[in-house]
Amino acid sequence: MREVYLDTQDLAEARAMGLKPLEWERVLALLGRRPNLTELGMFAVMWSEHCSYKHSKIALRQFPTTGARVIQGPGENAGVVDIGDGQAVVFKMESHNHPSAIEPYQGAATGVGGIVRDIFTMGARPIALLNSLRFGELTTPKQRYLFSGVVAGIAGYGNCMGIPTVGGEVYFNASYTHNCLVNAMCVGIIDQAKLTKGRAQGVGSRLVLIGARTGRDGIHGATFASEELSEKSLEKRPAVQVGDPFMEKLLLEACLELIEAEVILGMQDLGAAGLTSAASEMAARGGQGVEIDVSLVPCREKNMNPYEIMLSESQERMLLVVEPSKVAVVLSTCAKWGLMGTDIGRVTTSGQVTIRQGERVVAEVPAKPLASEGPVYNPTATMPLWQVEVQSLNLAELPLPEDLNAVLRVLLASPNIASKEWVYRQYDHMVRGDTVVLPGGDAAVLRIKGAEKGLALSVDCNSRYVFLDPYWGGAIAVAEAARNVACSGARPLAITNCLNFGSPERPEIFYQLTNAIAGMSAACTALGTPVTGGNVSLYNETGGQAVFPTPTVGMVGLLDKVEQRVTVSFKQLGDVVCLLGETYEELGGSEYLKVVHSLERGHPPRLDLGAERRLQDYLVAARAEGLLASAHDCSDGGLAVTLAESAIAGELGAEIELVGLHGMRPDALLFGESQSRVVVTVKPQDVGRAETLAATLGVPFAVVGKVQGDTLNVDVQGKRLIAAAVASMSQLWKGSLTCLMSQ
Amino acid sequence: MRFGIVVFPGSNCDIDCYHAAKEVLGQPTEYVWHQESDLARFDCIVLPGGFSYGDYLRTGALARFSPVMTAVAKEASRGKLILGICNGFQILLEAGLLPGAMQKNDHLQFRCEMRHVRLENVKTPFTTLGQAGQVLRLPIAHAEGNYFIDELGLEALLGNDQVVFRYTDKDGRVTAEANPNGSLHNIAGIVNRAGNVLGIMPHPERSTEEIQGGTDGLLIWTSLLAWWGERHA
Repeated sequence: MREVYLDTQDLAEARAMGLKPLEWERVLALLGRRPNLTELGMFAVMWSEHCSYKHSKIALRQFPTTGARVIQGPGENAGVVDIGDGQAVVFKMESHNHPSAIEPYQGAATGVGGIVRDIFTMGARPIALLNSLRFGELTTPKQRYLFSGVVAGIAGYGNCMGIPTVGGEVYFNASYTHNCLVNAMCVGIIDQAKLTKGRAQGVGSRLVLIGARTGRDGIHGATFASEELSEKSLEKRPAVQVGDPFMEKLLLEACLELIEAEVILGMQDLGAAGLTSAASEMAARGGQGVEIDVSLVPCREKNMNPYEIMLSESQERMLLVVEPSKVAVVLSTCAKWGLMGTDIGRVTTSGQVTIRQGERVVAEVPAKPLASEGPVYNPTATMPLWQVEVQSLNLAELPLPEDLNAVLRVLLASPNIASKEWVYRQYDHMVRGDTVVLPGGDAAVLRIKGAEKGLALSVDCNSRYVFLDPYWGGAIAVAEAARNVACSGARPLAITNCLNFGSPERPEIFYQLTNAIAGMSAACTALGTPVTGGNVSLYNETGGQAVFPTPTVGMVGLLDKVEQRVTVSFKQLGDVVCLLGETYEELGGSEYLKVVHSLERGHPPRLDLGAERRLQDYLVAARAEGLLASAHDCSDGGLAVTLAESAIAGELGAEIELVGLHGMRPDALLFGESQSRVVVTVKPQDVGRAETLAATLGVPFAVVGKVQGDTLNVDVQGKRLIAAAVASMSQLWKGSLTCLMSQ
Repeated sequence: MRFGIVVFPGSNCDIDCYHAAKEVLGQPTEYVWHQESDLARFDCIVLPGGFSYGDYLRTGALARFSPVMTAVAKEASRGKLILGICNGFQILLEAGLLPGAMQKNDHLQFRCEMRHVRLENVKTPFTTLGQAGQVLRLPIAHAEGNYFIDELGLEALLGNDQVVFRYTDKDGRVTAEANPNGSLHNIAGIVNRAGNVLGIMPHPERSTEEIQGGTDGLLIWTSLLAWWGERHA
């Protein structure tokens, strides 16, 4: 008896699982009959926004995805970029926002687990983790609970895996109060010859499920992630999976050992939508069918039905495609690592995902439509009425603070600017012994053992800019991430991203999404950093209030000589401080405007992508010439904060005199966030060469002072605007988060 | 000098220790799977850091039952050099090869940062190239490094000169601020009575090359080589 005809479902059931009426019609047309519960569940998760990108697919087509170094663009488990010598870097970023909002420790931990699996599914050894975290203001116990829980969850998982968490960013803003954002990025390295793909190859090949047992956790997690959060979301705590990093460590080592032994044809991790997604995606990519017997799947609980087994998002599981003759080798490697390994099915020619329970067929669904031919929408994009209003900012009406020293102190203590040491000291950022620029600077740098080169990594997004102007905010996110990497002396190579937005079904949100993608695309093209993959997280809203649009960018750069890496700290008394780039009277969207004037408005700073590219070319060239003693990107808090951070990191003061900028408001001069600017220090004897190189490459270059004493002094036209002891700034900047978190 | 790096399920500093012994010191080095039972071929056996068995139950509590630990105990009793780093230290405590126990850090968080330790005993094979009172700057990375031993045990440790490293400030002063985890007496590393088994919480293998931001950890590795070399010249 084919049980697929029993237990049939109706539209009401479909809606309850998140499918829309037209999608239900499409399911009926595809099957030629009504689906049963298992089948309906499979469609509901695979056609959720999380798995199908149905509302974002068309907008995502704007991204440039090709380039000379791109080996694998979007569509596989992770992007792959050539770094020479037959090696490649494999990287991706993914969100775990909804689960983290409900259960911060496990939500964040399993976010790390998921992205790590995406990397070793490609056959790569994971070598670094980064993350981008966003919460509401730290003024309430709830936000501190979310923040500390998420950090502990990331630490708990990443530390146990032995993958250093080398960088990231943390932002606090009221827009994230009900929807925190947790984006995790993993970077791996691989010999190109060993790249593994997630596809079902070779008819008759066996499907071997390895790793954890399947439980009732995480059922419909992907569907849940595609809804708005509400008061009722807490009831969905069972949809949050529980992580076991030890199991994942064993899975990692076993999988890499199997790849080394060349006994695997294909591999796919079980993440969102569990076995359903792994089976149907592998079948669809390979142009084949698959048959699985759920009665063979090792379960945590008795009497789990096919629906539960197919939709479970239990963590730390992997589906392998193996030639029948190699199954024994796979199982014995699993046994060595103490892992469960079970032959649960085979690759067929049917083009169907066929689910059996013993002899009975309990679900049968065409693989390709399920995995990759879900509905696609092109939502309406309408600029919201408030957009123009929030861009207006009359500087003439903005009072000028009397004590700019006090402003600098307030900014240094602001949680968005203050040192994130409280966070990264909880992460093992040194394991593997390759982290050669530690967290706390612009980009983390890792050496590659046995090679001269290194990788520079950063994540970035100033979401306030994106809120104020989605297009330019998106472009700046890419530009800043690339600039961070270039400040270390590395050439930016490619990006991954996490697009965190509200409901795309609202025209104003879709306007933000599509324009942010357009701006990011323009920047990626101008800076030569194609998009190799990423993730979309929509419905980050509660009660109609969406988060700031947050297209987080994860950037990978290549430093051909890692010995030449450049860091943010002032190095030596007497070094000359130089400012690269132009400063304009811009305060829109600045941290200063928010912290001091309680305003989040104005135009974000202008961005000239040509100037940005020239600046980054300069940083790479000047590093190669050995001209840079330090380099630090001007971003949140502007020039004054940048100088202060370099001074704090180097435990050295500086005498700065800003000339040629008179007429500009001093607050804009000190705290404005004009783009494409970097503060560098240069040895006195190298200043001439550094300046000549800047002229050759068309980069504005100004000597503004020198490293001196133990105080940061900034004069404008003979008037001392800033005089701050480095030790006291350091105390403030380093102690602020710890202080806030010990309330 | 032949190094064996023991790999337990969940070890994750095995690669770093292998790199230090093999590439930096240039010594013959092998990984040893925790199921092995014969370690006679090695001159130094390293129990690396990580999360053996996921730290489940208690750090090191499950790893001590791995077959390899019987062999480690045997080689220890024969005077072979045993170096337990971080989780390796915790395993040595659980296995009873070193006295005392490890508790969670007093602040209950994982801590990864650079810390200073002072050499308390330079007569061990692990510190023979050091100066008494010398301060090293080493990375720590642990959630359970809060060493504890009862009063009698502490007396014995001190009386036998078994405390090898203590957390200090950069000038070598033992202070509460310099203690990253609440460890009794600021203890960061100890040896057994015979002096051939060392447990240390900081990670000397992460501090062996200039590019790692410091080479203070090298002292421990080169001391081992020097001590062994003298006896096998």
